[in-house]
Parts: sequence; C-alpha cells; structure tokens
Amino acid sequence: MDSNPTADSNPSADDTLANLTHQPRTVLDRIQHLLHRYPVISPAFVLFGSAIVFTIMGNGRFQRPETIGIILQQTAVMATLAVGQTLIILTAGIDLAVGTGMLLTHLVIAKLVADQGVAPILALLIGALVGLGLGAFHGFVVTKVRLPPFIVTLGTFYIFNSIGLVYSKAQTTSKEALGGQQSLLLFTGRQISIGSMRITWGVIIALGLYILVAYVLANTSWGLHVYATGDDPEAARLAGINVNRVLFSVYVVAGLIYALGGWVQLGRSLSASSNAATDVNLETITAVVIGGTSLFGGRGRIWGTLVGALIVTVFRIGLKLGGVDAYYQNFAIGSLILIAVALDQWIRRVGR
Amino acid sequence: MSDGTREPILTAQGLVKRFGRVVALDGSDLELYPGEVLAIIGDNGAGKSTLIKCLSGAMVPEEGTMYLDGKQLHFRRPTDAREAGIETVYQTLAVAPALDIATNLFLGRERRRAGIIGSVFRMVDKAGMRRDAKNALDELGIGTLQDITQAVETLSGGQRQAVAVARAAAFGSRVVILDEPTAALGVRESGQVLQLIRDLRDRGLPVILISHNMPHVFEVADRIHIQRLGKRTAIVTPQTHTMSEAVAIMTGAAAA
Repeated sequence: MDSNPTADSNPSADDTLANLTHQPRTVLDRIQHLLHRYPVISPAFVLFGSAIVFTIMGNGRFQRPETIGIILQQTAVMATLAVGQTLIILTAGIDLAVGTGMLLTHLVIAKLVADQGVAPILALLIGALVGLGLGAFHGFVVTKVRLPPFIVTLGTFYIFNSIGLVYSKAQTTSKEALGGQQSLLLFTGRQISIGSMRITWGVIIALGLYILVAYVLANTSWGLHVYATGDDPEAARLAGINVNRVLFSVYVVAGLIYALGGWVQLGRSLSASSNAATDVNLETITAVVIGGTSLFGGRGRIWGTLVGALIVTVFRIGLKLGGVDAYYQNFAIGSLILIAVALDQWIRRVGR
Repeated sequence: MSDGTREPILTAQGLVKRFGRVVALDGSDLELYPGEVLAIIGDNGAGKSTLIKCLSGAMVPEEGTMYLDGKQLHFRRPTDAREAGIETVYQTLAVAPALDIATNLFLGRERRRAGIIGSVFRMVDKAGMRRDAKNALDELGIGTLQDITQAVETLSGGQRQAVAVARAAAFGSRVVILDEPTAALGVRESGQVLQLIRDLRDRGLPVILISHNMPHVFEVADRIHIQRLGKRTAIVTPQTHTMSEAVAIMTGAAAA
C-alpha cells in the first residue's frame, strides 16, 4: 500500500471546496438551473402562452372578464383539492381517492342538513371531522401498515365511492332541501362581481387556502419537513424528523381539505349528488404535475399547482371557444402531462 | 493523545447487538479521548457500522453501557445523541438534495422567529439561519460560497460532504462521528475532507472516523481502533504499526 497521497499537497482552504457555486456553462445549463430554482416558471409560461393563443383563436370571447370569471369558478373545486394532492405528492405519495373522499364529505354535509335537519354550521363541522377521519385512515395505513399510498388510495377510491352511493342511495339532494340560496351550505356559490367578472366565494376560499399553505410550506418547520420527507426520508429521519408523523399529518390535512372541497362543490353545483365532479380525481394530479411538482417528492411549489389547475380549465374552455372538437381537449391535456414530467426528469438531473 | 492519565470523553463498554442469529456486536468497547481523531477500521461485518449506530442513537444496544463525560447515556433515537452533543455524518450523507444548504444545516432543528411571528405563526428565522450557516462554513474555511440558498444537489460530492461535515461541526459540541466520509470522493476532494477533519480536531472537537481507506486513516488518525468479529481486538497508532500490520490484525492474519 502506498503512503498517503495528499499529505504533501496539503490543500489550502480556498481550494475547490471553497468554491461551492456550481457554474452553469451553456445556455441550456442556465435554463436548467433557472427552472430548478424557480419551478413555477414553466407552468406560468404555458398558462400565459396558451391564454395568448386562445385569445387569438377565440374571436374575442376568451379574454373577456366573463370568461375569466367562469374559468376561476370552474377551477375552484379542483384547485382546492389539488392543495392536498400537492402536499401528498411532495412526500412522494399520491392520493387517488381525493375525488371520492371529497364527494363523501359533500354528501354527508348535505344529507345531515336535508334529512336530519342539522344546523348547516354543525353539518360543515361534522363534514370536516369526516374528512379528517378519512385522511387519518390513509395516514394510518400508509405509516403503520406500510402500504404504498398508490394502493391505499386506489382501495379507498372504490370504498369511498361505494359508501357515498349507499349513503345517498344515488339520489340528488336539491337546492331547496339544502336550505335554499341563502343557506350557509351554498355560501361558496354566492357570486361577487368585479366589473363584469363574476367570481364566487368558493374561488376566494380556494385562493385563501393557497395563500395559507404557501406560507406554511415556505416558512414553518412543518413545511420544510414535508419537503425533506419527500426528498429523502432516510436523511430526514437521521436529521431528527419524525417522518411518520409528518406523513400522517399530511394525509390528515388532505382529508380536511376534502371537506373544504365538498363545501365548495355544494356552491358550485347548488345541489348534492354522488356523481358530481367525476373528473376531479385525476385532474388534481394533472394540476400538480403540470404545475411542476415532482411525482418523486421533495420538489415543487404550491403556486405551480394553482397555475396547473388553471391551465387545465383554460385548455378546456379555450379549445371550446376556439371551435376545436371537444374530443381533442384530453389529447392536449395529456400531452401537457407528458411534457411536464419529461421536463421534471431533466430538471432533476441538475448538477449531475 | 491517550496518555492513560486523561479521562476519555466518550466510552462504550461491552456493547452487544444481534440481528436474529447474527451477532453484530459481541461485547465491544470503545474509548475516545479529548482532542483526538480516533479511526475505526475493520473488515466488512466486523460491526463498525453497528457500533457507530449505537453511539449515534440510530440503534439501541441490547447490552452494555455508554458514557459521555462520565455520565451514562441512554439513547433511544438519533435526536437523543444530538442533544447530548454527538453529531454523526452518515455514509449516505443524510442531506436532503432538493433543499438548500442553509435549510440542510438546520434541518430538524429549525429556529423560529422571535415574538408572536414565531410563537403563533410558527415562522422560521430564515435570515438568521442563513447567516449562521454561512458563519459555520466560514469557520471551517469553506465559506467563500456565494450562495447559501442553492440546492445541495447542485453541489459536487465533496461540496455536499463539506455541508454535512459543517452541519456536524456546527452542532456537535462534544463529538463528531464521520462514517466513510471519503468513500465517494476523488483524491483531491478526499484531501480536503481530511483537512476538515484535522481542522475539527484542532478546534478541540474529538472525531471518530470510520474508513476502509488505510492511507486516509493513517494520514489523520491519532489512534486506530481495530474492530474484528464484533469486538475491539486492538488499538494501534500510525507510529507503532504499518498499514500492512494493521490490515493483518484486522483480517485475523496476525495476532493483536
């Protein structure tokens, strides 16, 4: 064996270790680093780009404030649920039951008021508890039984759906049975006019949720631990983070958001039905992925999800207004998903 | 360094740890003295990693006792060891690659802002942690980085190692344990990490270094603990033994 190879060339402190900044070289490198650092750039680019294209295609109808109001209203439920989906995906999990979980709380809230005559505020609180319970069940099975989130929520997707159908007997609860237009249950559907743009309180609640979660993710220990848990659970554990507690809490929060989404859905449909919002399950995942959050966990921004959710609706409405056959809508959105995931793979290789 | 009259800062006596029928630690001892670099060498399966995991709280030994400054230790989890002032840099580095340098340095022990912003709104003190992270890196002579907010995954292997070592040094008030810190590094980067180890010792922090790399061990170690079949079979020094003699003891080819 040789003697030590580095003793003579005793490196000085200002050698390469000191130079911690990785210098991007080519233009492509710079773009990669920029997107790595600010993951909301690419979805924002797609949103504004598509808005411009649809404005040109839409014969003056797309950019009208009325249309923008409708886009926001149509996005509210999905965008609300996509917040929970983002939190779960940040931990490298997935929630396939977000739509049926939301519907279950939605039906519970409606039936309590319509059939049992429970006060709306109490019904909403019970709905929140039900959502919390569903989330806690997910959290328990993921952290204690140690089943993969994909399987857990695939199972509960069916289970929640079934419970909802049995519980509601697949019947629709009408607006009148919910207490009419002035009922607290339909508050989320009440409109506010900003010029000729009309939004609902549901839109404002969704936005408020984004502001709250953006703050928590960026500024609290819990938020940083969510990122660390998804990034490298073993590293997080060794850094003293209780990984299981973080995971459990994320599913509980997502469950609470089911109930919030269920309330926003009541205002959106002005009735309660077990077959409302059928697309919302997969669309939340679409919003998160298009919004630049990595399915492998640990990286992403909540604002990206909001942009991703808006992109989905903008594509649907924009293509319709542009006179494109409705059957092409899913083709466009599907293509966006593939591009977004390919982009994520490339960004993740930064510095390697 | 170990002149026999000084009290060890960290002691382990008769540690036993089994995995099913495999005995990883079979009554292992260890002493670490103030201001020294103690290297632990041993063949695969000699129980080096298990020994370290017991000292760092990642595993709980079934038998045996550990003392820090004469006080008995009862670690149940890694945070217990960290609270006692024992910091470990694991072979896997244990950094979150997507998070920035400053966040990684404080991961799991974020500081909150003062006042109502911290107590009610739970806001972490990002500016303060970045400043202290920069200072911690400065102190180790690796502080000329321009951007403490860049993600760890944009750094080279040696730079990541430096971040992990800096974290240990910044918080390890009593002992720093490094598990194979040079295993994934090139010659040049290894040299820099070895220099970091010497710097830590010179600042008065005793270091335990686990390594397979004999030249590295002989370059920085004051004493060498040779682990074999779950026990410490010998303690040698770079002055009294050659590398081949140490390897012979390690593999059982020579008696201790």
